[in-house]
Amino acid sequence: MTIGLGHYLTVGAILFTIGIFGIFLNRKNVIIILMSIELILLAVNVNLVAFSAFLGDLVGQVYALLVLTVAAAEAAIGLAILVAYYRNRGSIAVEDINLMKG
Amino acid sequence: MLFPALFFYLFAGVCISAAIMVIAARNPVHSVLFLILAFVNAAALFILLGAEFLAMILIIVYVGAVLVLFLFVVMMLDVDFAELRQGFLQYLPIGAFLGAILLIELVLVLVGWTIDPNAQQTVAAPIPPAASMLNAQALGHVLYTRYVYFFQAAGVVLLVAMIGAIVLTLRHKPHVKRQNIAEQIARTKANAIEIVKVRPGQGL
Repeated sequence: MTIGLGHYLTVGAILFTIGIFGIFLNRKNVIIILMSIELILLAVNVNLVAFSAFLGDLVGQVYALLVLTVAAAEAAIGLAILVAYYRNRGSIAVEDINLMKG
Repeated sequence: MLFPALFFYLFAGVCISAAIMVIAARNPVHSVLFLILAFVNAAALFILLGAEFLAMILIIVYVGAVLVLFLFVVMMLDVDFAELRQGFLQYLPIGAFLGAILLIELVLVLVGWTIDPNAQQTVAAPIPPAASMLNAQALGHVLYTRYVYFFQAAGVVLLVAMIGAIVLTLRHKPHVKRQNIAEQIARTKANAIEIVKVRPGQGL
């Protein structure tokens, strides 16, 4: 019953799929979409740390640290945009965000 | 040998169930709380892998700052979340379809790959044995020397994010009195007082 690299990669793959699935499932709720992106980044971090531990290379952990930094910055900016948008429109429904007709 | 495996299955199981509850919970506050649970269990997995520093960073930075920020925003916005749940099942088939494709691809990758036997020789920064150096020390030795520019770049990213968040959310209300220091300093006797001669017995 030894836990190998494959076990951790499986956890990462399942978390990644749950994140993608959550984006589709909660199409109308931006907050849950942001949380799903956090889950995806967590899955990436699990993969990086697992490879780092099993290959004996510290660089994977350094890179996981950078991913963590970018994820924190992304969450802060995303929530700030959400607050500013709610202040202007009084709603955060994704379907209403089509002012630029993009 | 048994206990690490047991703990791995415990932490991985709780982490994955919490992640499922994040996207399935009816109330976004519950979603955030389940996300906290998922992150704490991922931190426990990191400890099992020997990456204690990242585990602590995950708990302190993520659970302590980012997820509390999420909770704060969810509670601050007065949104009818029941209305946002409309059409939840409408996207279930395509979501399940794409998720299944992705999971099958990932499983195929997991089954199909093998590690190059030469990979052990190409290690850039080998992890020192745990007896000689702690994980945080080893990470610091690498991060502040070879990867110092990456470290600085991460700092710049955080600085830009901080300034951006402040610029996006700062707002001046028009009817709130604010201190204007330049105006206060520029005030002189000439424009501050007015001398009025009042004749006795008459008002102004």
